[in-house]
Amino acid sequence: MSLLHFSIIAPLILAIFIPFFYKKVKAIHTGWLIVWLPALLFIYFIQFLPQIQNEGAIKKTVEWIPSLGINFTAYVDGLGLLFALLITGIGTLVVLYSVFYLDKKKENLGHFYVYLLMFMAAMLGVVLSDNLIVLYVFWELTSFSSFLLIGFWNHKERSRYGAQKSMLLTVFGGLSMLGGFTILSLLTESFSIREIISQAGSISTEPLFIVALILVLLGAFTKSAQFPFHIWLPDAMEAPTPVSAYLHSATMVKAGIYLVARMSPVFAEQGIWLWLVGGIGLVTLFWGSFNAVKQTDLKAILAFSTISQLGMIMSMLGVGAAALHYDFLRENFYMGATVAAVFHLINHATFKGSLFMVAGIVDHETGTRDIRKLGGLMQLMPITATIAFIGTFSMAGLPPFNGFLSKEMFFTSMINVLHLDIFNLETWGVLFPVIAWIASIFTFIYSMMLFFKTFTGKRKEEHLKKKPHEAPIGMLIPPIILAALVIFFGFFPNVLSQSLLGPVASSILPSLMDAGHEMDIHIQFWHGFKPELFMTIGVIFFGIILYKTMEKWTPIYGKIPSFFALNYVYDAGLKQSEKGANRLTNFYMNGSIRHYMIYIFISFIGLLTYAIVRNQAFLLDTADLAPIGIYELVLSLIIVAASITILIAKSRLTSIIALGAVGYTVALFFLLFRAPDLVLTQLVIETVSVALFLLAFYHLPKLNRKEERMSFKLTNAIVALGVGVIVTLIALSAHSQKLFDSISKYYIENTAEKAGGGNMVNVILVDFRGFDTMFEIAVLGIAALGIYGMIKLRLSRRRNE
Amino acid sequence: MEILMAILIGLLFASAVYLMLSKSLLRIIIGTGLLSHGAHLLLLTMAGLKRGSVPLLGEQAESYADPIPQALILTAIVISFGVTAFFLVLAYRAYQELGTDNIDEMRGSKNND
Repeated sequence: MSLLHFSIIAPLILAIFIPFFYKKVKAIHTGWLIVWLPALLFIYFIQFLPQIQNEGAIKKTVEWIPSLGINFTAYVDGLGLLFALLITGIGTLVVLYSVFYLDKKKENLGHFYVYLLMFMAAMLGVVLSDNLIVLYVFWELTSFSSFLLIGFWNHKERSRYGAQKSMLLTVFGGLSMLGGFTILSLLTESFSIREIISQAGSISTEPLFIVALILVLLGAFTKSAQFPFHIWLPDAMEAPTPVSAYLHSATMVKAGIYLVARMSPVFAEQGIWLWLVGGIGLVTLFWGSFNAVKQTDLKAILAFSTISQLGMIMSMLGVGAAALHYDFLRENFYMGATVAAVFHLINHATFKGSLFMVAGIVDHETGTRDIRKLGGLMQLMPITATIAFIGTFSMAGLPPFNGFLSKEMFFTSMINVLHLDIFNLETWGVLFPVIAWIASIFTFIYSMMLFFKTFTGKRKEEHLKKKPHEAPIGMLIPPIILAALVIFFGFFPNVLSQSLLGPVASSILPSLMDAGHEMDIHIQFWHGFKPELFMTIGVIFFGIILYKTMEKWTPIYGKIPSFFALNYVYDAGLKQSEKGANRLTNFYMNGSIRHYMIYIFISFIGLLTYAIVRNQAFLLDTADLAPIGIYELVLSLIIVAASITILIAKSRLTSIIALGAVGYTVALFFLLFRAPDLVLTQLVIETVSVALFLLAFYHLPKLNRKEERMSFKLTNAIVALGVGVIVTLIALSAHSQKLFDSISKYYIENTAEKAGGGNMVNVILVDFRGFDTMFEIAVLGIAALGIYGMIKLRLSRRRNE
Repeated sequence: MEILMAILIGLLFASAVYLMLSKSLLRIIIGTGLLSHGAHLLLLTMAGLKRGSVPLLGEQAESYADPIPQALILTAIVISFGVTAFFLVLAYRAYQELGTDNIDEMRGSKNND
């Protein structure tokens, strides 16, 4: 176990001690005891940076289940390291923020930090695992810990609803992903991502490959809130704000993006990958930004904005995959899309994290997050307003913040789609830049909404629960750091590009490694009058117009039929499936024994008929039959007559006597068929049974003793007849096809010689096969004890007294 | 003979199943009685009928009837008797406690679910 492995599970180890700290150390906020760990991990991971740049990836393995090829292999390359830095860096800030956000006395901090640390370890595990199964284990751990964090305030109904929804959707995706991983491992006989990538070329022609691709993408899309699985994210906003900032903007929702980036070398050769990732990403981008505009809750706006930005990153990753198809081009600008995706991923984590923290501060200091009740907070909360200004303008893609750079790169890559002439992109490709541009206008509108409606305009203090004032400094430090990064990356993007983006892009597109130099130039080149600059100007122009005229056109949102709201589909689907399952169960589990017996007998008939017909098993061989004697004929007639009497008898007494008649006739059959012991037993037992039947009959309740004939039911008759016919057919064909002789010869020869008896049946019962007899005695004993118990034990009556 | 027996057994099974699908508890138990008769006869028939003498060595016969199915049937008779006796007492107790022998009325109470 190396230090690297230890650092991945360190949060889990710390989590074990949290309840102890929480109980024993009352004086200080539990968060202070935790904040050092992510900070330490951040410093530890940043040390890998030069190593990755110079030597490439680092790989360390600890055996877990070596016989199945499942090992805890930690693999640090550019992509994994970028995520690890995001997780630990923003993790530190979020823990710091939560110290001031969550009240020491009112909240159950012990639980909160255990869940948060669990999540942190799970995320680190996801991004640093090379083994698919280990990745899946950590992946599900993120789902579980996210579930716990969303439902942290579990006394609120909305929290529980949001937690359940996110759980159902992400676990659905997680299980699909497991299916995809399993197929991949079957195709390549390995769980290692490195190994699978090295075989990517040879497995891409397998028919199951596309299935694996779609299943893995399902996992990524549900986790990263892509259309139409984005619906859980707005409801996850019921979580405490530090959780929203950490999980639902910076880290967990990017796990899907990580997965897409990680699996790109495996799948990206397929055209469908480009279409799915790029197309779904664009749809999500548009739908998220379109819906964000109509929200009135700060966190809901941010949630939809997260959805839309995740879609943007996803679409860039999809377009970036085109680089693999176009490596013969001199200027490899599709790779630029991948670089842009990674760059925007970092930018989004910084500005969205700070914006969530701002939303939390506003909520904390005013008591509401509703933008209709907020306004004019600029003078009261100048620092918060500044941070919000930086964050929203960066999100809108305005200079000089980092969002501007990544948006320009985004436009560049979308315009480059026009140059593609594969996978029918020449006809539909034009939609890429158009949708991207329209979505950017909406992004601009909600960003402006977010800032101006909260911090400018008239003050509405009468609506607020608290008197608003500036937040404590501790709560402001984390968003200040993030906002500072927004500006820093905006002015000095090359610090980032040279250190981190290069290695990340080369781990997403490893087969294009040799084109690395060209790529470096591309990142640094960010000035010049290109079409994308005019697109941005257009975004600002139309954005301002639409923002100013918002009152006029927002009513269209009310006109969209509710069916298009996917929440409606989700809720109705859940309700209908519950109702349907309930109805189905009530339909066939109706509590009537007769029905269940009919199911059993019909399956019996059906399965056996199928088996006979399928194998053409029916055969009638008349060669080896005994002759029919007059006695047997007479006895048969008696049994037939007695059975019919039982069926049609009006009185139950008649039925009982007819049953006795059948029993005695069977005894006579035994006589004819040379079985004296059976005759004796059958006679005695039939007598006792009939006596018992009469006893039970005698005690029938007085009320129901009116005799009535069994009413005829056609279904019952058909089922009964079917069973009889099947039994006869099977008996006949079994008798006609005997495969070998009986072993009875041995018994006949050795009864006297080895067992010293003359009665073969008795010798078999007590000597050759004495065990059967022993347990048969046990059965009788149990029956006797049971009967005694039933008659003697009267617990219910005693209780009633 | 075996064909005749097979048809007879089929008839026993059919009547047994028809009785087991009825509403009255007593008829269901009568049905199980018929079913075990059918099964016992089936066991015997499948071994071949009327071949050789009674399986007693004292008979000094050239061939004997197969003793194994007879031993099996003997065991089965005793077991089915034990079970039938148990069921009958159960039915008797059910009459006493519930006051009905109609299985459609035996659906438990809402409280006992």
